[in-house]
Parts: sequence; C-alpha cells; structure tokens
Amino acid sequence: MDRIPILRMGQFLLVTIQVDLYDRLALDLEADLVKAVSKTGARGILIDISAVSIVDSFMGRIIGNIGVMSKLLDAETVVVGMQPAVAITLVELGLPLKGVYTALNVERGMDLLKSKIQFEDETIDQEDDNSDDLPE
Amino acid sequence: MPLDISKLLKKKQAVILERWMTNQMADNSMREDLMSNEDLRQESDELISALVKTINDNNINNPDSDDFDQVIEILGGISISRSRQGFSPRETGLFIISLKEALLQVLREEVKDLAQFVDLSLAISRLMDGFSIMTFETFIKGREEVILRQTDEITEISTPVIRVWDGILALPIIGTLDSARTQVVMESLLTEIVESSSSVAILDISGVPTVDSLVAQHLLKTVSATRLMGAECIISGIRPEIAQTIVHLGIDLSDIVTKASLASALQYAFRTMRLEVRKNAAKL
Repeated sequence: MDRIPILRMGQFLLVTIQVDLYDRLALDLEADLVKAVSKTGARGILIDISAVSIVDSFMGRIIGNIGVMSKLLDAETVVVGMQPAVAITLVELGLPLKGVYTALNVERGMDLLKSKIQFEDETIDQEDDNSDDLPE
Repeated sequence: MPLDISKLLKKKQAVILERWMTNQMADNSMREDLMSNEDLRQESDELISALVKTINDNNINNPDSDDFDQVIEILGGISISRSRQGFSPRETGLFIISLKEALLQVLREEVKDLAQFVDLSLAISRLMDGFSIMTFETFIKGREEVILRQTDEITEISTPVIRVWDGILALPIIGTLDSARTQVVMESLLTEIVESSSSVAILDISGVPTVDSLVAQHLLKTVSATRLMGAECIISGIRPEIAQTIVHLGIDLSDIVTKASLASALQYAFRTMRLEVRKNAAKL
C-alpha cells in the first residue's frame, strides 16, 4: 500500500508527488493531509508536482479540495512546479484551481507561503493595536 | 498533296519565333521591369524548339498525347516562375496565347489549300488552348503554394516571447487569435516562463483587431494557465473599442489585471516585484 510522505518543516507541510497519482492514492493523500494539518497546526502546505506529467479532472479536483479544506483549518496551500502541459490540460478541463496559490518552484513557493502568513499575522496585530484605542 | 506539319514548322521555326516576339512586344502590358527581352526570347525559343520537335501529324489532334510531356514541363516551369515573380494571370496567359496567333499567321502564309488550313488551324487551336489551360492551372498552383508558405511563416513569426526584464515576459499578439494560435501562444509562453523563471507575463493585445467572445475565452485560458504555472498574467493594450466590445458582450475580465498600454503594464509589474526605476540625480 503506497503512501505519499508528508514532511513537516517548521510551520509548513511539504508534499512531493513523484509518481503519477491514481485515484486511491490521491484520496489517501487528501485525508492524510487534512489530518496532518489539524494535528500539527501547520500554517501552510506546499505541494510539489514537478514530476507529474499527466493529470485528470479527478486529480485536479483533489488538489482544489485540499486547498479549500486546509483553508478551513487556517492553512494556505501552494502548488509548485507545474509543467506547461499539465497547466494547459487543467485549463482545458476547466479547472483553474481557484482555491490554491501557485508558484514556479519550491523556493518561490516557500517565499510565497512565508509572506502570506506574515501578512496575515500583521493584519491581526494591527487589529489588536486598534482594539487598544477603543474607549474604555 | 499531304502536308507534313512538323517539317513545315521546323522550316519556319525562326519566323514563328520572330512573329511571336513581335506579338508579345505589341501588347502594352509587357512587363520589362520584371523580365528582360533576352530572357523572354530565351524562354520563347526553348518552348518553340520543344514544340516543333514533338509535334507531328499523329499527335496534333491529340493534345493529351504523352509526346507533349516535355513542352508541358517547360510551360509549367515558366508559369510557376512567373507567378513567383509577380506577373498577373493576364500577362502569363498572353505568353502562350500570342504563340497561337503566331502559329496561325505562319500557317496562313504556308498552307494554300483552304480545307487543309481550316483543319490545321482547328487542331493547332485545340492544342494551344489545352496548353493555355494547363498554364493557368500551374500559375494558380504556384500562387497557392506562395500563399501557404506565407501563412506558415506568419504563424511562426507572429508569437515571439520577449524578456523585457529579469522575471518579466512580454508577448505581443499581432493578428487574429484563433484556437490554433492560442495553443501556440500558450505553449511558447509557458515554456518560456519555466526557462526564464519569470513571475510576470504581459499579454499585449494592441495588435489584435477585434476581440469577440471566443478570443476573450482564449485570453482567459492563457491567463489561467499562466497562473497555474505560478506567474501573474497582465493583459495590456486594450483599445477603447475593444473595451466597449468586451462590456457589450458581457465578458467578465474582473479578476484579471488589465492595463491600457504596455508601459503601464510594465510599471505594474515593477511594483509587484518591488522594483523601482528612478532618474539619476547626478548629471551624466
């Protein structure tokens, strides 16, 4: 029984998909990821699909689902390393993956996640500061 | 007395050539700018020699005979080269039609028997008309080849991906966007994004004459694909009339960054990449 390993790195979870996903594997990955996010309290998920050469609508939907689910658990999802052919296929299938961020490679994906989290934390801090100004 | 057409023509070859040249010169659509008289004479001479060599009493009434293969080959070569040089169909047609006239003139001087003359004229006419039709067909085919080649060239050269800055690509689209071209544009853009690891792509549509709902859909597809690759896509060069069309058709471009000119798109790209272009205060 294959499992796609989920690596923890600070506040983030790293997933590298190095095989072509069949449906069972994709569903398992979805379940494992959601569990892992809630267990570790991760703030971001980075999915590297640079080795994936073929996608179908099912896999596109799973990636979209992961994005929406992790958003519910306060984690951002970024998909990195998509090949041109895969991008064209997803667009033709009408799956623009609205719920997830995308980046060109792992490095940029990491930068993106960091900046997103920083931005969120800053806005929260600002809201806290503003709450102090309220009249007693 | 029976008349040997091939002997007659051989004897009169020089005369026919002269007559033919005169006939061609007489026409005021003669294109000396495209072709010198020497070249014309050479072509004419070659064709007459081939014709005189092959024509005889048996095949004169049979224009489809294999004997004329060489003549047809020479004619084909001439009309293809003329269509490439830019001669008009009329000029190309005149070349062969004026030969018929020259032949008939010579026949009239040489053949005294009326019945024989009529028969021969008819035969020659039929033969030459066959050649004329062939010439036209080849001429058109030559033209079509040129058009096809140009179409291919246009498709190839019209989608350059330009690196305007480190991490910024620009893709000026010139001409109509159909599905096939969108595919080419999308592929070359995505490949270039990977190769240059760019984070911003600018699609400039100032060269696109009209945007209908299909073109808009193609643009949206390209933008989505770019986003999936982890780059941002800006559409620039939207002319007022295109903006009107987009609104009238009810196309929703609200989640795409659109700019009026390539310059403002570039400015926006600089801002997203936190780059700044400043004038140097020091005198150069």
